[in-house]
Amino acid sequence: MAKKISILIVDDEESVRDSLFNWFIEDGYRVECAENAKKALTMLESDQFDIILADIKMPGMDGLEMLRRIKALKKDSIVIVMTAFATVDTAVKALKDGAFDYVTKPFDPDDLTHLIRNATKQISLSEENETLKNKVVALENVEDLIGNSEAMRIVLGEIESVAQTNSSVIITGESGTGKELVARAIHANSPRKFFPFVSVHCGALTESLLESELFGHEKGAFTGAMYNRKGRFEMADSGSIFLDEIATISTKMQVELLRVLESKTFIRVGGNKEITSDFRVICATNKDLKMMVENGTFREDLFYRLNVVNIHIPPLRERKTDIPLLVDYFIKKYCTSMNKPPIPIDQTALKRLQDFSFPGNIRELENMVERAIVVGDGKKIGLKDLPLEKTIVTNSTESLDDFERAFILQVLHKYNWNISRTAKALKVDRVTLYHKIKKYDLKPADQQ
Amino acid sequence: MNLQNIALISFGYFEKDLLEMTADAVKQEFSTPVLLKEGHIDLSDFYDAARRQYDGNSLLRQVDSMVVPDYSKTLGLFNVDLFIPILTFIFGQAYLGGRSGIASLYRFSNERYGMIEDSRFVLDRFRKEVIHELGHTLGLIHCHHPTCVMRSSTYVEDIDLKDQHLCPKCRDEIGIYTL
Repeated sequence: MAKKISILIVDDEESVRDSLFNWFIEDGYRVECAENAKKALTMLESDQFDIILADIKMPGMDGLEMLRRIKALKKDSIVIVMTAFATVDTAVKALKDGAFDYVTKPFDPDDLTHLIRNATKQISLSEENETLKNKVVALENVEDLIGNSEAMRIVLGEIESVAQTNSSVIITGESGTGKELVARAIHANSPRKFFPFVSVHCGALTESLLESELFGHEKGAFTGAMYNRKGRFEMADSGSIFLDEIATISTKMQVELLRVLESKTFIRVGGNKEITSDFRVICATNKDLKMMVENGTFREDLFYRLNVVNIHIPPLRERKTDIPLLVDYFIKKYCTSMNKPPIPIDQTALKRLQDFSFPGNIRELENMVERAIVVGDGKKIGLKDLPLEKTIVTNSTESLDDFERAFILQVLHKYNWNISRTAKALKVDRVTLYHKIKKYDLKPADQQ
Repeated sequence: MNLQNIALISFGYFEKDLLEMTADAVKQEFSTPVLLKEGHIDLSDFYDAARRQYDGNSLLRQVDSMVVPDYSKTLGLFNVDLFIPILTFIFGQAYLGGRSGIASLYRFSNERYGMIEDSRFVLDRFRKEVIHELGHTLGLIHCHHPTCVMRSSTYVEDIDLKDQHLCPKCRDEIGIYTL
């Protein structure tokens, strides 16, 4: 059911209030009346109205003053001002102060109908806009953060609770676990979501370049500084700044950073004007910062300033149940971008992926799936499409038997369980191979 | 629906046929007895010299004070130009869910809009307006159905576009199931 539009009528003349009340009530609106601006403002503190229809000339506080106060209270209120004595000056003043429209009493019934219809259209557009924004944000939030494992659910819960605060966050986790995605999700769920998310890869920049990148520079600050340039802190005003690989910054930059975090003010390189910016800091590292503090390579005061909240993303090998979901997601992602229908994955291949340790984490899995779609036959992703062969062996650390078992199985797969060809490749005779198959209880994938 | 019967009180000069045909349309629309009677008030008391129109709010209050006993709804019929303080004119008005309303014939003739006189339009528009205001007294608000008589009409052209009947949804709302 559509929301019932509410209208507040503010006029010192009872007959005007009654007339408008009766008119709007017949249109199905919720209507309330106030005989002066003071009463209207009191009503607005405790109740919400979609449209406020106010007379300009009223004893005490006039309609224009009331309009300014309403706008200060709620910026997007729709206020229509009415007057019996129309002057261009008052109309311009009212519109400049944020009135939605301006009408002269008495008005044509059709004009009144159109006026309210336009206002309700504006309300529904604003609401629709808000809903769409939320939908977009919701999509952003979940788009790349895939996982239903207990470990991932804990991370998602932490993102949700920390997003609403302004606290600094350190995201830790191995390379390729998706630290930047978590940072983006924190930003996208925070009240800062409609302001910039500025990302800086500290590890990729030299000290002087990082300084210029973070604080900006004035024209002529150094050779090649031909124009004034805003720094990332300045660009992140009202939004969030993501400092990736924070552990790589120099001691000098650590001091600078600490000062900026404490005062939220800084000076551009080569400048002398203090700039203030309201940003939230989210950092990421794959190093043990606490250990670095103990070793004296990272400032303790900066560590505590940044480490208000710590979110640790577990490596993929600790949440293997997420692998099928991730594979499915990456197949859809890359098939869509390559204009291909989604390709299913062979169960053997999927199982092998789940057995794999993924030292490169999700990034490695993503690359594997992308490669498999590119090199595969386009009908099904099979074991042969995945670059797992060598790595399985090198990652087998259990025992010599495990190593042998995995290697023989790998070669059997490669030659589709052709015993002669496998034995030839392994440089053993067929009897030895049969013996090993029996010993390790090896079976083709479709018989497992 | 708590509608036993309807009283239509005419104030000022009206053609008898027009009143009877209007009463008949009301009777059919609401399936209830309709009393047609003449009322007498001094209309000059309701005249606004500055606007050269008649005060619709005062007239509505006057009709409300004259409701016919034993009749659940009373509608005052006029042939003068009605206004309310905020609007340049009105065709009629009623207390929403109340017991009375008013409607005027004044703005329904074609000649007022530079068109050829046609009394059929006057009757057609007037009975739609009367049924519309009675609908308000029964608690109906404006309807978005394109041909429902309860659709809001600010010009005579709007009135011409709609039917003189309530749409099924409005009928359902006030509990009238047969025409």
